[in-house]
Amino acid sequence: MSQSDWRSNRPPAGGVQEIGRVAPRADAAAKVTGAERYAADYYPENYVWAGVKRAGVPHARIMGVDTASARALPGVVAVLTHKDIGGKNRLGIFEKDQPILADGVVRHCGDAVALAVAETKEALTAALAAIRVDCEPLAAVFAPEEALAAGAPIVHEGRGGGNLLLESEICFGKAREALAGCRHAVELTVELGWQEHAFLETQTGVAWQEADGSLTIVASTQTPFRDRLELAEALGLTLDRIRVTAPYLGGGFGGKDGVTVQGFLALAALHSGGRPVKIWYSREESILAGTKRHPATVTYRLGCDADGVFQALDCRLVFDTGAYASLGTEVFALALEHAGGPYRIANVAVHGKIVYTNNPVAGAFRGFGVPQAAAGIEQAVDELARVAGFDPLAMRRKNAVGCGDTTPTGVVIGRPAGLAECLAQVERHPLWRERQTWREGAPPFKRRGVGVAAVYHGMGFGPAVADYANAKLELTAEGRITVCAGVADMGQGNATTCLQIVSHALGQPYGDMELVLPDTARTLPSASSSASRTTFTYGNALIGAAGVLRERILARGALLLSFQLLAPVNAAEVDLLPGRIYHAPSGRSVPLKVIAGFMDAAERTATYSYTCPVNRQAIPTGGNLRLHGYPHRIFSYAVKLARVEVDTLTGEARVCDFLSCVEAGRVLNPQLYEQQLHGGAAQGLGYALFEDFAVSGGEIATGDLATYILPTALDVPDMETVSVAVSEDEGPFGMKGVGEVVIDGVLPAVANAVAEAAGVRVTKGTLTAEKILAALRAGGREATR
Amino acid sequence: MKTITLTVNGRPEKLTLSPHRTLLDVLREDLGLTGAKRGCEAGECGACTVILNGRPVNSCLVLAVELDGADVLTVEGLGGPEGLDPLQQSFVDNFALQCGYCTPGMILMGKALLAKNPRPSEDEVKEFISGNLCRCTGYENIVKAIMAVAAGGERHG
Ligand code: FES
Ligand code: FES
Repeated sequence: MSQSDWRSNRPPAGGVQEIGRVAPRADAAAKVTGAERYAADYYPENYVWAGVKRAGVPHARIMGVDTASARALPGVVAVLTHKDIGGKNRLGIFEKDQPILADGVVRHCGDAVALAVAETKEALTAALAAIRVDCEPLAAVFAPEEALAAGAPIVHEGRGGGNLLLESEICFGKAREALAGCRHAVELTVELGWQEHAFLETQTGVAWQEADGSLTIVASTQTPFRDRLELAEALGLTLDRIRVTAPYLGGGFGGKDGVTVQGFLALAALHSGGRPVKIWYSREESILAGTKRHPATVTYRLGCDADGVFQALDCRLVFDTGAYASLGTEVFALALEHAGGPYRIANVAVHGKIVYTNNPVAGAFRGFGVPQAAAGIEQAVDELARVAGFDPLAMRRKNAVGCGDTTPTGVVIGRPAGLAECLAQVERHPLWRERQTWREGAPPFKRRGVGVAAVYHGMGFGPAVADYANAKLELTAEGRITVCAGVADMGQGNATTCLQIVSHALGQPYGDMELVLPDTARTLPSASSSASRTTFTYGNALIGAAGVLRERILARGALLLSFQLLAPVNAAEVDLLPGRIYHAPSGRSVPLKVIAGFMDAAERTATYSYTCPVNRQAIPTGGNLRLHGYPHRIFSYAVKLARVEVDTLTGEARVCDFLSCVEAGRVLNPQLYEQQLHGGAAQGLGYALFEDFAVSGGEIATGDLATYILPTALDVPDMETVSVAVSEDEGPFGMKGVGEVVIDGVLPAVANAVAEAAGVRVTKGTLTAEKILAALRAGGREATR
Repeated sequence: MKTITLTVNGRPEKLTLSPHRTLLDVLREDLGLTGAKRGCEAGECGACTVILNGRPVNSCLVLAVELDGADVLTVEGLGGPEGLDPLQQSFVDNFALQCGYCTPGMILMGKALLAKNPRPSEDEVKEFISGNLCRCTGYENIVKAIMAVAAGGERHG
């Protein structure tokens, strides 16, 4: 990875310099030896298996669920329905619309109807097969237009607003009039399909009742604290009766942002005769029941003047949330906020709808609506550059937002913004500079294209929902530092970064510290591992906690020294060094272990609460999006470049090189940062080219990993990365979130390259060989040399 | 039920098993070796890779009762935190893991490849591990980690 504009961080005097260093991952040794225990790896003594009976039909009224024959089978411990649930039986974040077990209506094929608990997996399978569900089919809707038509079947009966989950509009100036007056204008509709998270560890966990009857749940979850809130309400329990712990996840990407198996685990553990329960979705069940990236149809009209300056944008975004809202309204709000891309456009009309259907449930997925928006605007920009005769990168530079500018959706960028520099870096990069030679070097029957896309990504929860973290640090009795991580690490390495931050702030060697993973009993509520906010928010809280602990250690150390020296010692004269404090005037040291012995447990524990500053700008439009996160204050920026070779005989598109140039503040650990760039690019390439999720009549046709194709080592090109490190001073050590901006814009970069290579644009879903070949054929370019 | 004896990570094990159980389940549920992961139970992901009689297999596709006399190596048999196998160390050094769920399988694939081809090209590495999915890393650092251990360490291809 190359670094530009690297401004070095200043560590506290005398400290161990961890920030900006390539520190090894704290989790690596346990993961390479197989010693790490994921939620899937828990097999409590005397456990029983729990499993779910799925509806298998997209929309139906449940007339009855016959559990008697299942119950009578050998080895069956319990068979449960919604009648066994003590609370509201509703899960959800804002829109609490999803039952743990269906109570009356089935809304998609993956709906859970009953829960079985059995001694063995075989007995469980038999029990699930023996549960009889008596269903009366209901007419169903599988597309937003259908769902919004007059007289359409209603997914949530009795809900005000029918199938329209949310509609909104962000308007500035006079978009339509301005478009009509534009020298150049284009119109483009892009259809985007679902994307499956396909974390390798499917949804799983174990749970048991403690001696006092309270529940302990170990789950693969991004949100242990919010899970506890949701479960308490849905099951009618008090918060203190539920403990959730989150070991390292085997991947999450948003698909474990909220309750997946936890409701089943809790319910089963309450009815298992005191035995621990284990649940672990099969891959098929994971795909059937899990959330996905929202399918969307986005229509763009974009116009510019004779100089290539954007004048007007008019766009419509329609999202399909499937049977439940999940985080749909938040995803939708972020998509709308980013609909115009990172540009200055004065006349804007952004209109959007998110709609219930009887399709699989869509929810949070890395990128959170921005990949869909970027797919629209970034292809429109390229089309406009083509018809107006501008270089696509130069056109982006001309219109790019910087600090002090206003985004198309009215957000004044009040923080440092490195987009212009990202564009400049890409423009200078050999992959772009030498594009013409590369294109001309295409072998027979191959055509080559180079595409770019520019993106930005708002960080955190926005103005309405507090984006907070409560950090906790302990000085152990042995004089070591324990870092309590309040946010889950789904693989991105934030646990490592937490250790680095504390190591840096307290000057203690990284390898000497202990880590406690999220546990509602031992760590403090710090919201979700999501929204590119994990390290930003928790890191700031940790810096605060480290300051508190440092002060206490120094004060107590000064006191101890004064006893030794028989003279008052000023804490300001004492330094915190690895494993000890040091008093320069006397040359004396006191080991941390001794200081720890001089403090009680409460003093040895430091906590600190941090809440992110928000964008308090009053925006006169898009008011109903505010609750769902609009507008944001801090954005990360990126430019993606793809070099693609299209086979004119088969239509196959191969990405030969991929470049991610990212500005996400300063880099705390260059290797972890680069890992995000690699992983996001690969997932984006899957979205662009491979992962053609198929649903028909509400049923998933790509229900396993043989039919839903993930990129393999052979499919991912060499990935180059460039980091533009502009300090964001509100972030810990100048950093910003990087986890999502890395996937935004990958699809349009590839699509723009394919369009250049093939001479035609494929705008419907995944860019598969069949579609590209059809487009080549239509354009008369099939089998051209 | 059938009783078999086999060697797992160098230790003899005697197991009485019902005929339908997979090696993966037996490793995880009976022997407490959870290093082999389950990602699909259908031979599609490679997370369950172990080395059986010197060859890498998807343990989710192997029936355990057929393994009388077999020799099985799982990631736990490679090296502990005190003494990592060079390939394990290379995965650490090259940041070849994120969530780490594919890692045991990837490492064992790397071991198997290097055992039969100590100087693979980058393309040969990619080809060899292409049955093992990783959703986090984009494979770049995994390939790098395996190449770094390949004899001589040079990169060709
Ligand atoms: S679990 Fe064996 S190949 Fe996926
Ligand atoms: S590191 Fe997560 S699947 Fe490979």
